[in-house]
Amino acid sequence: MNDMKPGSVVGYMKSGYALVQRNYNLIKHEMGWEIVNTIYQVVNALTIGFIGVAGPQEGLNERVLFLVSGALLWGFLSILFHEVAESVAWERWEGTIEYSFMAPQPRGVYMFGVCMWAIAYGLVRVVICLTAVTLAFNISLAEANLGGALLTLAASSLAFIGMGLAAAVLPLISPEKGSQATHIFQAVVLLVSGVYYDVAVLPAWVRPLSYISPATYTLRAARAALLEGASVRMLLPDLLALVLLGAILIPVGFWIFSIGENYAMRTGKLKRTG
Amino acid sequence: MTAAIQCYHACKSFKESVRKTEKAEAGSRDRRAHRRIADFILPSKVTVEAVKDVSFDVKRGEIFGILGPNGSGKSTLIRMISTLLIPDSGTVRVFGKDVVEDRLEVRRYINRVSVEAAFFKRLSATENLEYAARLYGLDPKEGLLKAKAILARLGFPNSKVDVSLENLSRGMQQKVAIARALMTAPVALLLDEPTTGLDPVSKRDVQDFVLDVRNTHDTTVILTTHDMEEADRLCDRIAVIHDGEFVALDTPENLKRQCANGNGHLPNLEEVFFRLTGRSPNEWETEGEDE
Repeated sequence: MNDMKPGSVVGYMKSGYALVQRNYNLIKHEMGWEIVNTIYQVVNALTIGFIGVAGPQEGLNERVLFLVSGALLWGFLSILFHEVAESVAWERWEGTIEYSFMAPQPRGVYMFGVCMWAIAYGLVRVVICLTAVTLAFNISLAEANLGGALLTLAASSLAFIGMGLAAAVLPLISPEKGSQATHIFQAVVLLVSGVYYDVAVLPAWVRPLSYISPATYTLRAARAALLEGASVRMLLPDLLALVLLGAILIPVGFWIFSIGENYAMRTGKLKRTG
Repeated sequence: MTAAIQCYHACKSFKESVRKTEKAEAGSRDRRAHRRIADFILPSKVTVEAVKDVSFDVKRGEIFGILGPNGSGKSTLIRMISTLLIPDSGTVRVFGKDVVEDRLEVRRYINRVSVEAAFFKRLSATENLEYAARLYGLDPKEGLLKAKAILARLGFPNSKVDVSLENLSRGMQQKVAIARALMTAPVALLLDEPTTGLDPVSKRDVQDFVLDVRNTHDTTVILTTHDMEEADRLCDRIAVIHDGEFVALDTPENLKRQCANGNGHLPNLEEVFFRLTGRSPNEWETEGEDE
């Protein structure tokens, strides 16, 4: 019988770390593609930034930073979503999901590991991208509160993880189409959260959705920190909103994932063949 | 000996998509066209009973074999015991714990080797085993040492432990799968056609190892196999499953005696199997692979 004691927090943490290390190893074997994907993300952010450069000279730095922060945050959100959903999709393709799901750990531990990896990996990619666009556009971050911006990303991670957990159910029940279907979530968030425009331009009937999207608060707080150097105290209302949304979305996302897992276990959808 | 695994009246069925047009091609051209459109949008489903009212006990330390043709329900039964499939009705218990209600506890007792050696194929044996060790709460170094000792015993070359599994043969992958399962020292081991694809020497190595694990650790083993010699050699008792139902359950010797004809000739297990499932050797060789 294995050594993991039921309810042992340290044991579960170690077990969750298995997912972080596994994904890191997978990346090591695909380093060429990782470089390609990072370049793609940088190019995307530069493209969005150049839209800002095309405008009048006045307020250039703010305009570029407004757009670039949207692109960076969108990149972070996309990575978070992709990594959480892809972890499940990858296991479905390899056929390892039965082995992983048979391990004596609560499903929350598995998802915790996947999410920890997604956040760490997303942050590394965002920092690389931010460095590249800062150099490319000669953006001044002298006034920016970088710590506040990072704190905002950390607070928003909770809510995005909740959404990622809900999205991960799609590749669980359909390995062929589920992963692509997670883009629906991203598209809705992109539409309602003001990634590249102010939410004030949205039609009145769409605007209420922006209030429940964590990306709205993340963008507002991150932009305030980067553009105006807003202090943590000034960011507090948005940070609290993000933590509150996280406190709601994580259990909801986990509940949806549990329903999906039970459905897969009732209908035999966990297996690949045989 | 106390019962390690108990399965009472377990049933499992699945819905399978069937094209309506395959069922009924009659009717006018318009009606057939309508059926095809309906098929495309919402294919009809039929219920396939994979396991029908199966009951058995496996004693602690016993090697219990399940023989059956492809699609007879062997893997479905293993998946239910592994907590990966929820039975429609009936109960399945592992060391007194219900596979649905006490899923997490059951998982602490068991491990499984499936016919498909499922791994992250880009990763090496070492990386896959390290992942498995951490996932099961083992110290990764300790787990790796254990796994490598098992691999050495199974004749897996040490020079291959850091090679991506996609570059290893199916037999070598299967050995890694066996090491991965045994590394966690499960008290109940579920072996779903573990030696399929192995060469005769490797097959023998695995069989010897299974016997050794049972003898030294009192491990309870459920083994599904198509290899009658393997079943005869390893199993204390054998159940023959056909179309989701157990059609016989006894020791290999008793099964042979039951199927003996009047001339005193004791059939081998293969002959017993064909007699009990009502199949000819030709049907056995030509049937499909889906389970």
